[in-house]
Amino acid sequence: MKLADIIPLLQLEPLVVIDDLDFEVETACGCDLMSDVLAFSQEKTLLLTGLTNPQVVRTAEMTDIKFIIFVRGKRPQEETIELAREKGINLYLSPKPMFECCGLLYQGGLSSEKIRRI
Amino acid sequence: MQEKLILQNKIAKGDFARGGETSSNLKELLRKLGIQSDKNRRVTIVTYELEMNIIIHSHGGEIQVYISSEKIRVVAADTGPGIEDLEKAFQPGYSTADDEVRDMGFGAGMGLNNIKHYSDELEIETGPGQETKIVATVYL
Ligand SMILES: Nc1ncnc2c1ncn2[C@@H]1O[C@H](COP(=O)(O)OP(=O)(O)OP(=O)(O)O)[C@@H](O)[C@H]1O
Ligand SMILES: [Mg+2]
Repeated sequence: MKLADIIPLLQLEPLVVIDDLDFEVETACGCDLMSDVLAFSQEKTLLLTGLTNPQVVRTAEMTDIKFIIFVRGKRPQEETIELAREKGINLYLSPKPMFECCGLLYQGGLSSEKIRRI
Repeated sequence: MQEKLILQNKIAKGDFARGGETSSNLKELLRKLGIQSDKNRRVTIVTYELEMNIIIHSHGGEIQVYISSEKIRVVAADTGPGIEDLEKAFQPGYSTADDEVRDMGFGAGMGLNNIKHYSDELEIETGPGQETKIVATVYL
């Protein structure tokens, strides 16, 4: 799915825009546990999260995730936005809750990540 | 190539504001050194987990990173209180993190597992009331 298609689907408000909207997203990861993101995530993943602190951006940075969507209208802290700008990570805000966001993306054709067994 | 120290950073207890800075600096440094991006990713994830563990669970410590033509070695050493039961600490889901830390997204009890998964060699010296020293190596 292209990011351009995801924006209307999840009613995304852009907070930090770095990459262009042609970016092809392959999978998504809905997660509020940073170590789980660090365990499973792949590069072309979109991270959906209810957390808003700067560690979310740090986690994305370490795993080469380029897009973060904050769900349920929870606006990230200013430090989080600053850090994302500095690190070149795109931030968007969706008014929809996590479950709905994931459902819509799944319906739209995104598959879940291949999870390695622990 | 002889092993060379490329990064050395003190990590303070509870310093969430700067949590991840060391790993971020390392990532940039490895990029400049022309290290393959998947190796870079593995090393920086390991370092980030070690860095956050020092911030969350220890009295404070230091991270050093060494590089040679064969490998990258990350050394994370802190001044205690040590890991009570290492076998338990490696169980997925086991965490002693408090609610405040969990609210920030840590405390999944997955960190040590991640470190093991992403490194080629792992050595741990610790024990109750002791310092903890963890050496993680990724082959180039
Ligand atoms: N440097 C350390 N000093 C003392 N105890 C530690 C240290 N690192 C880890 N531990 C102990 O080992 C446990 C497991 O660590 P691990 O990194 O796997 O999980 P976590 O830090 O609790 O959660 P996560 O890493 O998933 O956010 C910790 O909860 C803590 O009790
Ligand atoms: Mg940890």
